[in-house]
Amino acid sequence: MSAPAKHHLLEVKDLFVEFRSRDGVTKVINGVSYHLDPGETLAVLGESGSGKSVTAQAIMGILDMPPAAIPSGQILYNGVDLLTLSEEKRREVRGKEISMIFQDALSALNPVFPVGWQIGEVLRKREGKSRAEARKRAIELMDLVKIPASKQRVGDYPHQFSGGMRQRVMIAMSLAQDPKVLIADEPTTALDVTVQAQIMDLLGDLRRDLNMGLILITHDLGVVADVADRIAVMYAGRIIEEAPVFDIYEAPAHPYTKGLLASIPRLDMRGQELATIKGLPPNLAKIPPGCPFHPRCPYAQPICREVVPAKHVLGPRYSACHFAQEVVTSGN
Amino acid sequence: MATNYVSSAAAQHHPRHGEVLLDVQGLVKHFPINQGVVFKRRVGAVQAVDGVNFQLRRGETLGVVGESGCGKSTLARLLMRLETPTRGKAILEGRDIYSLNGSELRRLRRNVQMVMQDPYTSLNPRMTVGDIIGEPFEIHPDAAPRGDRRRRVQELLEVVGLNPEHINRYPHQFSGGQRQRIGIARALALRPQIIVCDEPVSALDVSIQAQVINLLEGLQAEFGLSYIFIAHDLSVVRHIADRVAVMYLGKIVEVGTETEIYERPTHPYTQALLSAVPVPDPRARNHREIIRLEGDVPSPANPPSGCHFRTRCWKAQDICATQEPKLTPRQADPHPVACHFAELRHPVR
Repeated sequence: MSAPAKHHLLEVKDLFVEFRSRDGVTKVINGVSYHLDPGETLAVLGESGSGKSVTAQAIMGILDMPPAAIPSGQILYNGVDLLTLSEEKRREVRGKEISMIFQDALSALNPVFPVGWQIGEVLRKREGKSRAEARKRAIELMDLVKIPASKQRVGDYPHQFSGGMRQRVMIAMSLAQDPKVLIADEPTTALDVTVQAQIMDLLGDLRRDLNMGLILITHDLGVVADVADRIAVMYAGRIIEEAPVFDIYEAPAHPYTKGLLASIPRLDMRGQELATIKGLPPNLAKIPPGCPFHPRCPYAQPICREVVPAKHVLGPRYSACHFAQEVVTSGN
Repeated sequence: MATNYVSSAAAQHHPRHGEVLLDVQGLVKHFPINQGVVFKRRVGAVQAVDGVNFQLRRGETLGVVGESGCGKSTLARLLMRLETPTRGKAILEGRDIYSLNGSELRRLRRNVQMVMQDPYTSLNPRMTVGDIIGEPFEIHPDAAPRGDRRRRVQELLEVVGLNPEHINRYPHQFSGGQRQRIGIARALALRPQIIVCDEPVSALDVSIQAQVINLLEGLQAEFGLSYIFIAHDLSVVRHIADRVAVMYLGKIVEVGTETEIYERPTHPYTQALLSAVPVPDPRARNHREIIRLEGDVPSPANPPSGCHFRTRCWKAQDICATQEPKLTPRQADPHPVACHFAELRHPVR
């Protein structure tokens, strides 16, 4: 997969994903585009049901199809559209080029095999390494993710590890084949704050040392502020705003982002009443016409009910809001 | 008790001056670890809660923070009397709740209600919302006359911001935030004085979380409720709590007002915990001094001797291994802290 330098490392282009069931079609992803370069951290931010994980699963090719279907769109890795590849070819990408870690490490690990065996499994199965070689590499990987006493612990089972250590095992497993892109789906949501800080540090260090592209999927605006280079905010299966991290916290350009930022309680501020976003996220089986956010939006005008807003490019960023310019100048 | 409900709201503007409602003294809960199949031998104990003292005043919110496994939830279950303590007392209206039985206990129980963490599993999927919220009236028939119940339930729905017409719906027809509101309505049904909230917003999305926090604060102002608010999210606790207790391995290591804990923490653990909280502002990136704790929380079945925190503490000396620090006011700041070397560490952020 040699490619001219023009390509992004990973580029999602106008992706649509829907789930087809007896009750009808649920449109989960409605035209998502983003890209990632080596050594870059892209945060994909959104609430549950916004489609952030489904996009990641589409990139990995681990969506259950059916019920899921990808009616259109491209996922370009070094310029090659993964969606056109055969399953065999995709397997070569998976793990080796693009790898993923999941939210809940305990349920993602197999409880009846030692962690070293699980970390080395991919090396034995895919690279034909012997047990001893795989075990040796597993120990190296455990050192890489800073699991103490890796030599002694390589034979331990997942239940013998704490939550943070299990997440490290997951990370070690995902790095076994030196991927160029690592997708982390809510990697610290299940962890305590002190452990969360350790894991985020580790991911940041690994990204830098291995020059990986990191896609960080999260709902936590706090975690993202520390590590991300760019942020893409998702709502109802669309990216409604994408911007460099400093810009988005300084002055969000979409009312949803603005509402999200205002609604989080902050440690450094003792507010009175929290600002809220009224209403509920839309049912994806019946996304409102026009801008999907309009029923909850304080800026909504008649046009928002009828016309789906196009991308308004504002320098290095864009916002899918008819009033993007007004929102951004109103500050945070 | 039900009638003086509104008058009690007067106290809530000066929560610290309210009378003491609940007085917890030396609460201990050890879960035995048994070994053997036929002859069970006790080989140890998980010291989930290990000597907790605190007072809760009328109209105040006591936040309890700590990492998983520190005993927060066991403490909640003890206060609900879902667990019997190994030792200790909790005095409510002048009586120890663990010494009561039968009808006396049932009467006292009305005063303490609970909001659970997970709104998806804490509501019976086969009961309508009306039945769920009205169930407390089945257990306490004198709280509302039978013919009046439906109206009461509808009132409660309205109080928590749900449509009273949805009384016949089932939990699956509601979103997570709405379900949490149902849980809150159920807790309010018997007009308790104290509501124990065990991680009430951690399962909710950010935009919904703010709605539920605002609801809880509004209800407190309206009904003069006291909350014990258990959470791992320190930002949420700061927002809602008047006083905060920090727990580590079954013990309270520091307790004080919201300002004392967040502005002038003196326990190293509190300082580390606060410094690790992510701040949603990228400009803070290089200005924050994060204390990185090494390792994990030790097992509560075998906690370290002396100060439980010493294995992860950068200040630990010999005395920490031999002598357990008491939770008392120390020189550094007048609020109680359990550390031999308590000192202020300026800008915690």
